[in-house]
Amino acid sequence: MSKKEFFPMDGDRTKYPEIKSDGTADIDLSSHKYIKLWHGPNHPGITGNMAVELTLCGDEVVEGITHVGYLHRGFEKLMERRKYIQNFPLVCRIAVPEPDYNEYNYATCIENLTGIDVPEKGMWLRTLTLEMARLQGFLMWIGGMAGAIGFGTVGQWANYCRDLVLDRFEELTGGRIYHIYILPGGVRNDIPEGFKDRMEKNLREIEGFMKDIRRAFFDNYVFKKRSVGVGYIDPAWVFDYGIVGPNARAAGFKHDIRKNYPYAKYAELDFEITTAKDSDIYTRAFLRFEELLKDIDLIRQILDKMPEKGDHISKVSNMMNLKIPAGETYVRSECTRGEYGYYLVADGSEYPRRVNVRGPSYTHGVALLEKMLVNVNIADVAQLMVSLHTYPPEIER
Amino acid sequence: MGTLKDILSPFSVWKQVLKEPVTIKDPLNRAGSDRYRGFHQNEIDRCIGCGTCEAICENEAIDMVGVASIASKDGDSGLRPMVDYGRCCWCALCVDVCTTGSLKLSNVYTWVDTDPDNFRFIPGIDKKPWDNAEKGYVKPDNYELYPLERVSMDHLHPEERDHSFIEIMKGYSDEEALIEADRCVSCGICTATCPAHMGIPEYIKAIRNKDVEEGLRIMYETNPLPEICGRICTHKCETVCSLGHRGDPISIRWLKRYIADQVPESAYADVLRQDSVEQNDKKIAIIGAGPAGLSAAYYLRQLGYQVKIYEKLQAAGGMMRYGIPEYRLPYDQIDKDVNYILSQGVDIQYNVEVGKDISFSDLHKQYNAVYVATGLHQGRSTRIPGTDHKSVYQAIELLRKITNNEEIEVAEKIVVIGGGNVAMDITRSLARMQKEKYGKVQIIATSLEAEGKMPADLEEIVEAREENATINPGWGPREILIENDKIKGLKVVKCLDVFDAEGRFNPSFDESEEAFFEADMVVESIGQGADLGFIAPEFMEQLEKDHRGRIMVDPLTYQSTLPWLFVGGDIIEGPDVIHGVANGHKAAKGIDLFLNK
Ligand code: SF4
Ligand code: SF4
Repeated sequence: MSKKEFFPMDGDRTKYPEIKSDGTADIDLSSHKYIKLWHGPNHPGITGNMAVELTLCGDEVVEGITHVGYLHRGFEKLMERRKYIQNFPLVCRIAVPEPDYNEYNYATCIENLTGIDVPEKGMWLRTLTLEMARLQGFLMWIGGMAGAIGFGTVGQWANYCRDLVLDRFEELTGGRIYHIYILPGGVRNDIPEGFKDRMEKNLREIEGFMKDIRRAFFDNYVFKKRSVGVGYIDPAWVFDYGIVGPNARAAGFKHDIRKNYPYAKYAELDFEITTAKDSDIYTRAFLRFEELLKDIDLIRQILDKMPEKGDHISKVSNMMNLKIPAGETYVRSECTRGEYGYYLVADGSEYPRRVNVRGPSYTHGVALLEKMLVNVNIADVAQLMVSLHTYPPEIER
Repeated sequence: MGTLKDILSPFSVWKQVLKEPVTIKDPLNRAGSDRYRGFHQNEIDRCIGCGTCEAICENEAIDMVGVASIASKDGDSGLRPMVDYGRCCWCALCVDVCTTGSLKLSNVYTWVDTDPDNFRFIPGIDKKPWDNAEKGYVKPDNYELYPLERVSMDHLHPEERDHSFIEIMKGYSDEEALIEADRCVSCGICTATCPAHMGIPEYIKAIRNKDVEEGLRIMYETNPLPEICGRICTHKCETVCSLGHRGDPISIRWLKRYIADQVPESAYADVLRQDSVEQNDKKIAIIGAGPAGLSAAYYLRQLGYQVKIYEKLQAAGGMMRYGIPEYRLPYDQIDKDVNYILSQGVDIQYNVEVGKDISFSDLHKQYNAVYVATGLHQGRSTRIPGTDHKSVYQAIELLRKITNNEEIEVAEKIVVIGGGNVAMDITRSLARMQKEKYGKVQIIATSLEAEGKMPADLEEIVEAREENATINPGWGPREILIENDKIKGLKVVKCLDVFDAEGRFNPSFDESEEAFFEADMVVESIGQGADLGFIAPEFMEQLEKDHRGRIMVDPLTYQSTLPWLFVGGDIIEGPDVIHGVANGHKAAKGIDLFLNK
């Protein structure tokens, strides 16, 4: 068999499958040119349960259809049947690895509509948890990224580092993963004695590991060979596909909610938006790595500026009876993956009328992924998904 | 892209080879942080079974269940939270909302058990390995899910009120009532304790919903005297309110008043309108138009009976009108409640004394059932030397005369014997009259009970003092000194204790510690008794009585041993308005049961 017969793609990958007049792909399974392969719903390259139904031609993906629904959650609907306060243990589960943005957005929605104030210290503590969440989120993501292309050891180092951040979360909030720390009016608990020193110790250890991870993973011929030029996001897609966060910044877009629409205490922190140009898997990965290092700096800044005294939460009316006058609000914050938004509609009752959660995973993990999968090599599907940094639970909210 | 550096760089981390590989720490050997949200602990004696934890749990992981070793009592439902670890997410909202602060999460978070049933357990009752763990999540001090401070009510200041009988408490504004009503956690501990079992969380919720008319309807289901009770109820409900454990109890009484105040009398008929009641021709006589008589009349009318009240005095209300001074309970508010009851078709005859103007046996002949609710209107005397002097009065008789606008003696210096609410009522009433007459107040109230143990409500004592009355408790009266037929004062000795070791009323004194309270007039207010002389002997004989001679009734129907005779009000329990309201309602149902047999 000649090479030409074995790889019938003719070098030009965009030719297959042919597009029919109605715009759909002409995939004739009986032609034996294509096979179907399910990637997921349980697959190590996926954070959470989600499936991609791949159609392969040789080792090349010609079509990828995303299938969500394995988590059976329906958070938004559930929230309509719970009192406002009762939704806090729920929202943190929408993006499992990053509960804090959900807590922050949801609490801020309530505050916007009721006029509840947050004391200075409460706001600093919120900012602290938001940056700690980013740090551990990126660390976990490094684990996923490295793991997706076989760098398991790097993944373990990163997860060890994440565990150090979780130790601090546990100390501060009483929970490692689900913090349920941000409530209307502030945060639930004050910062414990000596927290800053323990955090500093952890940050130093993490920095040490990051040096090694940079050498072993980012300055690595194999990783570069696999990721440079692969998984390109055309800057032209950014608006059409609602691409945000590192995925957009790596395509040259200088957009970060923390800077563009400063919230919490970000206006008082010194940092710049990280951007890059090449917009491939490597660029996105490295950009996240750089943001991770900036996070470490931000956490230090926050702890330096943390007021010694002051309330962490303001006095609120009875949360068991909270009714919110009819109205609506949208609150956004920058999570590890970009703009995270909560749109809350209140109808004057004790229950939210509608909560819409705008997580970046929805656009990145469904529409964008389906577009990018076409003509990708089967071996790159996992790393492509991870490079978009999506959380399936957040798609199924 | 690929440089030689990229090939060599990964090897530079070789030192990691020498490190012990660590991903996450071994959870079996790692203690949870100091505020870790681990497994539940409940201080079982502190918990009151209010069920607020159950109400907030979004996962329905808590069920309130009965516990064999805990009996329900006032202020404690007797239930305790059972947690289901198949549902719990360890959010600790239950801990934050716990009204008593009994609930905590320990920092223990590992537990292996082979029996799935063990994962549903009652913390504090079912023994668990972490019961004695000291660390874990407790609600931080400076954070609350609901306000603990009560909204205070605007009132007349001492200098504005010490010379007049104008009502002191001004009532809540809409905004104040909303804020106060918002504090309620709807646990219902109050409902269980209220003698009338009023739907308290429900009418408070009606305030939150800005629907006072609904609130009024809810109140009338169990209490047809809301204006009155909203002012002077002994509010047992507030004493047990779960919020009182860590903060101020909800101002249940003032909220009740707020609802009734908001609905004008002219709107009552419309608001409380109900589907027409089927009338019957059975007739009930009620003796006494006090709280019990009025309540029984109202609920009997709801059941279609023909009701007639016989009242000895000129107006309805009993002690509410003739005992409680106007600055606490204005007469127009009594009228508002009474008028609505009478408007339901209750027949009432004033100035009729049963036993004198109409005989008891006539009532028995003319009516299918008789309800006696004549209350306690006979003042008791200390019987110390000097009490037969003409300037020694019974508080209850003076209060009645004040209501009737009759002339009474107001001396320059007065001593009141007694430490209950009636003693405070007469002290404060006379103080006002002294202030008007002499421009100054010289009145001393003294009681056996020491400071802090007086039966009067604390606010009564505080306000009496604000009005310049002297409250000097802890003394036993010995003699009223009389010289030249004029009272000189009251001789007292120190009272050590009112009760003996068995808890019986048996005061002990230190005779060596004497005091003398100068006075020209003495008022006795040491309690009241019932005057049941109107019940003809042939009936009295047939009534079963307890060892102290009090008539015994069925505790649910208030039926006496004469099946057609029902007895209630202060004669049976209390004495206070709400017990009367409650037993009047029960007697109405009891009479209905008896006549429909
Ligand atoms: S910790 Fe949360 S989920 Fe568990 S019982 Fe308490 S309120 Fe319910
Ligand atoms: S909220 Fe507290 S006091 Fe009330 S039942 Fe629960 S544990 Fe007991």
